[in-house]
Amino acid sequence: MSLEPALLSPAVVDLPFREGYVRSIIYVSLYVSGIAVALSTLFSIPVAIVMGFTDFPGKQFVKSVINTGMGFPSVVVGLLVLFVVSNQGPLGSLELIFTKEAMIISQFVLATPPITAISLAAISGVSENVRDAARALGGTRLDVALVVIKEARYGIATAILAGFGRAISEVGSVLIVGGNITSASGISQTRTLTTAIQLEARQGQYDTAMVLGAVLLALVLTVNAVVVRFGDEGSVNR
Amino acid sequence: MVVSMSEQRSTADDVGRSRFSGATSRRSFLKIGAVVGVTGLAGCSQSSGGEQSQQAQAGVSGETLTLTTTTSTYDTGLLDAIHPDFEEMYGVTVDAVAQGTGAALESARNGDSDVVMVHARGLEDEFMRNGYGINRRDLMFNDFVIVGPESDPAGIQGMGSATDALTTIAEAEAAFVSRGDNSGTHTKELNLWEAAGTDPGGDWYQETGTGMGEALNVANQQGAYTLSDRGTFISQRSEIDLTILVQGPIEGGPEILANPYGIMAVNPGVHDNANYDLAMAYIGWITSPGAQNAISEYTMNEEQLFFPEAVSEDPDFQQYVPEGWSSNSSDE
Repeated sequence: MSLEPALLSPAVVDLPFREGYVRSIIYVSLYVSGIAVALSTLFSIPVAIVMGFTDFPGKQFVKSVINTGMGFPSVVVGLLVLFVVSNQGPLGSLELIFTKEAMIISQFVLATPPITAISLAAISGVSENVRDAARALGGTRLDVALVVIKEARYGIATAILAGFGRAISEVGSVLIVGGNITSASGISQTRTLTTAIQLEARQGQYDTAMVLGAVLLALVLTVNAVVVRFGDEGSVNR
Repeated sequence: MVVSMSEQRSTADDVGRSRFSGATSRRSFLKIGAVVGVTGLAGCSQSSGGEQSQQAQAGVSGETLTLTTTTSTYDTGLLDAIHPDFEEMYGVTVDAVAQGTGAALESARNGDSDVVMVHARGLEDEFMRNGYGINRRDLMFNDFVIVGPESDPAGIQGMGSATDALTTIAEAEAAFVSRGDNSGTHTKELNLWEAAGTDPGGDWYQETGTGMGEALNVANQQGAYTLSDRGTFISQRSEIDLTILVQGPIEGGPEILANPYGIMAVNPGVHDNANYDLAMAYIGWITSPGAQNAISEYTMNEEQLFFPEAVSEDPDFQQYVPEGWSSNSSDE
């Protein structure tokens, strides 16, 4: 990114940032949270479908575990992931500590419970009539599942947004497992918007911290707007 | 991603009439995936700029050195200023992780870093005695200062003794902010209280559990005293209203406020994944006349923050071993 200074947004040129600093931080934030939420979604939706469609002993217990996970403190997750990826830990040989991958792991752990729980609520909320009708028309299990997902799409989109919001706004775990690293040239390796804000505040540079905070807010709003727009498109031809 | 929605007429009520077009339903599902995918890809497309531009050379080139260090070296910007020289020389990347001295040493103990740069000789010595650190060098020094509000409610201004100043603050029960994070500065502060024979406690004594910069901010907000390394204080002075009330040895203050920084490699005999070659290259470079010169030339607000001490005509064997160690000691 340092190779393309001309593309630096004019809006940040007069700020006390080094070239590419903010861009690289935004990139790391989106990269880590985006991949973590994508993986969470791939994991959560099937789990929510299975749980929404079947009854099994201990289902309530699993539900309460997932709901508890929604409130799991991010620093505790960071600590646990640190133990796992530290060179002394079970995944130590992979040398993941202080990397984006370690941050993705911890954000995956954080984002999965809300995505699963909210998706499950949305899927459970689809009327029995819909399922029955789908079955009556000779739909296979897959067909029925797809119809239910379609009916529950707003809820599922909300679930993904909630997971993304949790991932991109958390600071505790990425600080512990990521290390808040930039290269000497000021390009972020594992520094996210949240950890950068924390660092700037620590250094008493509140104006810089405010700018980064505004960027983070704008980012979250944009992602929300994009997802909401997708939801609207789905209803245009209703 | 814009999918034709002509077939998606179904609602909960008229679902009975809708055809079970798997393709249509699947597309709605994919949309959600696409949102997430776009988010991820948006990032990917601008990746890999500077990171791997220098892998062509042989040897250590392209490797990454993980340095755990203290917030006081990191927050002054010193490392960012001098590291490009090392990175260019070897074609490597230095990942500097700013923690407190205690946490920096703990990361190294766990084999999560290759080299540590800290400022608490007692903790460094313990680290070496336990076999985790080797090849210790004295690196640089500055000093600690006791800072506080200009109104100086406890009246410690100009005191020649740091311990007397702390005792006075305790007796006046004037607000004092402690780092409380097992950092080098916190260790120094606890040693000072001990030397003063005072056990701090009560509402006036607040542990923030944060880095130096943040502790200075808290002290600034509350009109409290705190112990700071001179480097962080200078680099932040323009942002805060605190002033130096008791000077360190650099400005003629008591020797007890000296703040020496040491650097050690993580022992590859304990952690075979430690990047020992590169750690030693780094220690060699940062203790070289060139880098030491760069350290002395690093200024903030026109003041020198760190004073190099690695280059010396005279031998200083004590820098390599725990303090007070002697080859004649029976317990070693």
